Amino acid sequence: MAVWFLGNLQPAKDKNFDFNEFGQLPAIDKGRIVPLDTIARNSLLLIREKQTLNTEPWKSWNGHPRIISATEWMANLMMNPTVADAWPVFRIDNPDLISLLKLPEKDTAKQSDGKHYSWNQIQPVLSVFDKENSRIRAIEPSHRTAYENSVSKLEQNLFVYVQLKNTVQPGDASDWPAELGDFEALIPAGVAAAEAQQAGKLFNQTNFAAFAGYVQEFQYMANLEPPLIVPPNGKQDWRRMGDALLAAPHGTPIDNAMRDYANMAGALAGNKPDAFNAALNDLRSRLISQQTKAMAKARAEVFFNQMEPFYNAMVIYVLAGLLAFFSWFNLSELLRRSSVWLIWLAFAIHTVGLVYRMVLEGRPPVTNLYSSAIFIGWGVVLLGLILEHLYKNGIGGVAASVIGFITLIIAHHLALEGDTMEMMRAVLDSNFWLTIHVVTVTIGYVGTFLSGFLGLIYILRGLFTKTLDAATGKALGRMIYGVVCFATLFSFIGTVTGGIWADQSWGRFWGWDPKENGALIIVLWNALILHLRWGGHIRERGLALCAVGGNIVTGWSWFGVNMLGIGLHSYGFTQAAFFWLMLFAVSQFVFIALGSLPMKLWRSFQTPPASEIPPTDQSLV
Amino acid sequence: MKKIVDFFISLKLTVVLLAFAIVLVFVGTLAQADEGLYGAQAHYFKQWIVIGAHIFGHEIPLILPGGYLIGTLLLVNLVCTHIYRFQFTWKKLGIQIAHAGIIVLLVGQLSTDLLSRELQMHFTEGETRNYSDSSTDFELIFVAGDQVISIPYKLLKPGQEVETAALPFAIRVKARWHNSDVNFRAPMLAKAPALTTNGIAANFDFKRAEDIKTTDQRNIPSVVIELLTPTNSLGTWVASVWAGDPALVDTVRSSYAQSVGMGMAQTIASQLAAPQTVTVGGKQYSFTMRPMRIYHPFSLTLLKATHTVYPGTITPTDPEGIPKDFRSRVRIDNPQTGEKREVEISMNHPLRYGGFTFYQYQMDAGQLTRQAGRAASSVLSVVRNPSWLTPYVGCTMVGVGMVIQFVYHLIRFITKRQTKNT
Repeated sequence: MAVWFLGNLQPAKDKNFDFNEFGQLPAIDKGRIVPLDTIARNSLLLIREKQTLNTEPWKSWNGHPRIISATEWMANLMMNPTVADAWPVFRIDNPDLISLLKLPEKDTAKQSDGKHYSWNQIQPVLSVFDKENSRIRAIEPSHRTAYENSVSKLEQNLFVYVQLKNTVQPGDASDWPAELGDFEALIPAGVAAAEAQQAGKLFNQTNFAAFAGYVQEFQYMANLEPPLIVPPNGKQDWRRMGDALLAAPHGTPIDNAMRDYANMAGALAGNKPDAFNAALNDLRSRLISQQTKAMAKARAEVFFNQMEPFYNAMVIYVLAGLLAFFSWFNLSELLRRSSVWLIWLAFAIHTVGLVYRMVLEGRPPVTNLYSSAIFIGWGVVLLGLILEHLYKNGIGGVAASVIGFITLIIAHHLALEGDTMEMMRAVLDSNFWLTIHVVTVTIGYVGTFLSGFLGLIYILRGLFTKTLDAATGKALGRMIYGVVCFATLFSFIGTVTGGIWADQSWGRFWGWDPKENGALIIVLWNALILHLRWGGHIRERGLALCAVGGNIVTGWSWFGVNMLGIGLHSYGFTQAAFFWLMLFAVSQFVFIALGSLPMKLWRSFQTPPASEIPPTDQSLV
Repeated sequence: MKKIVDFFISLKLTVVLLAFAIVLVFVGTLAQADEGLYGAQAHYFKQWIVIGAHIFGHEIPLILPGGYLIGTLLLVNLVCTHIYRFQFTWKKLGIQIAHAGIIVLLVGQLSTDLLSRELQMHFTEGETRNYSDSSTDFELIFVAGDQVISIPYKLLKPGQEVETAALPFAIRVKARWHNSDVNFRAPMLAKAPALTTNGIAANFDFKRAEDIKTTDQRNIPSVVIELLTPTNSLGTWVASVWAGDPALVDTVRSSYAQSVGMGMAQTIASQLAAPQTVTVGGKQYSFTMRPMRIYHPFSLTLLKATHTVYPGTITPTDPEGIPKDFRSRVRIDNPQTGEKREVEISMNHPLRYGGFTFYQYQMDAGQLTRQAGRAASSVLSVVRNPSWLTPYVGCTMVGVGMVIQFVYHLIRFITKRQTKNT
């Protein structure tokens, strides 16, 4: 399996067009240096919810549909749109929207899978779409129906598409190098005509019209705000191609990087791989000497993208979890051991991904919701492995792999929203506090989720199987207790240091902000569990039930408070996320109710377990 | 007595209080969507008994102990337990330190609540301030020569008359609005008659507005007052923070600049800020309402306000860009100590000076500001909190205590296993 993972790392070299190298070119998007590969992947994730493009989705997998990389797709969209416009890249699931746009349903003969559509299919019905879209825009996002949401999602996707199309050349350019040459040649005459026109003198109508046409076209490109791909040159910082073109008549001549891009576009459209690679190499060699740091950073990020550590770890967690789960039933030590090894492997990959991300960003592991999911998974797996090492009963293993898998799935869905390594706003730009507060409070989440999951195992395994004997039950109780202590410590420190950070940046320690309150509730909940335990009000089973309650509390604090749409940590409301959170909370309540069923209904513990006899040591353990 | 002590040192009390605290914090958080942050704070947390709650537009009948009550009882519970149950054993050392830390935190928060003050300091580049403005308290001031008579907003109760020996007239409060709106009375469009034709009210409509619910806005009060000498009335006037706070006059100016152009907006702003005066006994009094001023024995001068954004993020749709950093370079002048030094205040790096802490709060110094030709300005949040250190101490104590307890149990657990295995 490790070989499979390592084998995935090095993509096959492109035989003709070197799209892989193209993807490593740096650009600036949303304020940070990114490789074009990242822009391509994030855009494709947004538009198609996948990081690759299947250009023949109507074929079944054994019909060998052609699958291309995100970079190849984007290179074509940017520089050879006649080809890219025919690829079915827009994913549309909503049947109402499909019928509104009169798009074909699933029909292999007509080369349609009923889900993915190309720009060429959508473009003729844009006027219908626009009308519907402008109606929906007036509706508040939280009041929109599923259909209306899919309309505004498609609008967003179309915009990203048009943006990319206007990144290197005007979207409708047919022979860009020639057009660029014409524009450059026209500049002196065009400027003269424009100045004459301004001054109210006689001017050359033809030159003026042609020149104005170019300016209008480039203005349109710049206004779309695509990524900044023209690298710094002399006094110029990173620029959008549109802005760089507009600056040409003002004495900032068209530079070599712009020409390289134009030559790449010409070569791609003319299907000349050698010319494409030559222009690409020219640009690369210049960037390597002048933008060494940006190039290195872009390269490193592309490597990370291709490694897909979290996806690979996720797959292995599933396998490992199944093995560990089955080890409960036939109690095979071999199964348990293999599952532990697999989890260690997945954990190693997970760790590489986590650390690599930290190095790329120059940040602590948690900077946004996405990275918190990655980190929670990582922490739970580590704790689970430690528990498994201590108790060797397959429980830590199942908890580690299941939560590892779930958190990575959550992270995957959060990544659909866009760039996951966005820059930190001014207040948050403090690695010290991000580490001290955010990471600590997230470790608190880790502990609370793990204890809650152990509680679930206790309830489900005890109620529905006979495998939970008194010794295992007691061991589970101890695990839960230990993890709750751990969670209390970290959530407390995390919460208070959050207050101290607030005191450092706004001068108030505690402001009753929803996210602060969410963290406080976790602390209080854990403290409540501990005090109930110390007072002897709850024992093993009560501990398990309360720990499951901790899942609700943590889920609420992690996602719920953000949905209130108020306060400092509000990230906006998504209906899908709300639905899942509600489902999660309800399911946890159901489990608590199940766990509260009288003991005689439980399949395990039919002989009274040792720990149900009051413990002799009433003190703090 | 024994019974009372037993009640206060019982673990049951702790458990019940913790449970109530969870419910209270949860309800108080949900209610913020309806009642706003400040409203919810006052209703649930800075309160002894909570009656009724507003959640997602529904009125929920419930009675809960408020934040003050839970906090106080927890404190009593903790302190009593400490006194009655204290015994020095290694086994309990960690727990005891941790709980002592909680006591420090609770006491610290209580004293913060009672003693802390939140103020603001607004200035543009080159300006010097030796005072801070309160963001919650306001004052009606009368200026005669170099004499300033301040009447706190709180004393201006609707329907009542305020008299002071320093003024030769009484102030009758005809109306008082905690939050208000101002609109220029365009001569053609004015429908209702003006509130009064004196002073700024002749050109501006003032009306009551809903109280502010969010943290990033504040209430802007106005009052309608009649000034009365023992013999006759001097007329009715509107005094408003809209007119008395230069920062708000700026806000009005820029909002009108968009609709009617800069020249007209300038005129509107200067009319709004125009002094209102009455003359009694040959002495002229000018008056306005403004945020309460708290004077410092030192002054700060804003030398430079810097607002940096991430490259490429300033776009027509997001003219502000993604902010990377705000910082203000200021000079402290303290005539008492002879200090004259420059310091930099930035996000996460406040200045602690003279018992106050100065935080970078807002800034108007970006590309937009420079393009519009406005002088760069900065707002510092000024906080006086004598107990600011308690969270640091408390957090350390709890952390250390829990770690001790943790390590103690871990060692016991491991030795137990080892003896079991051998």
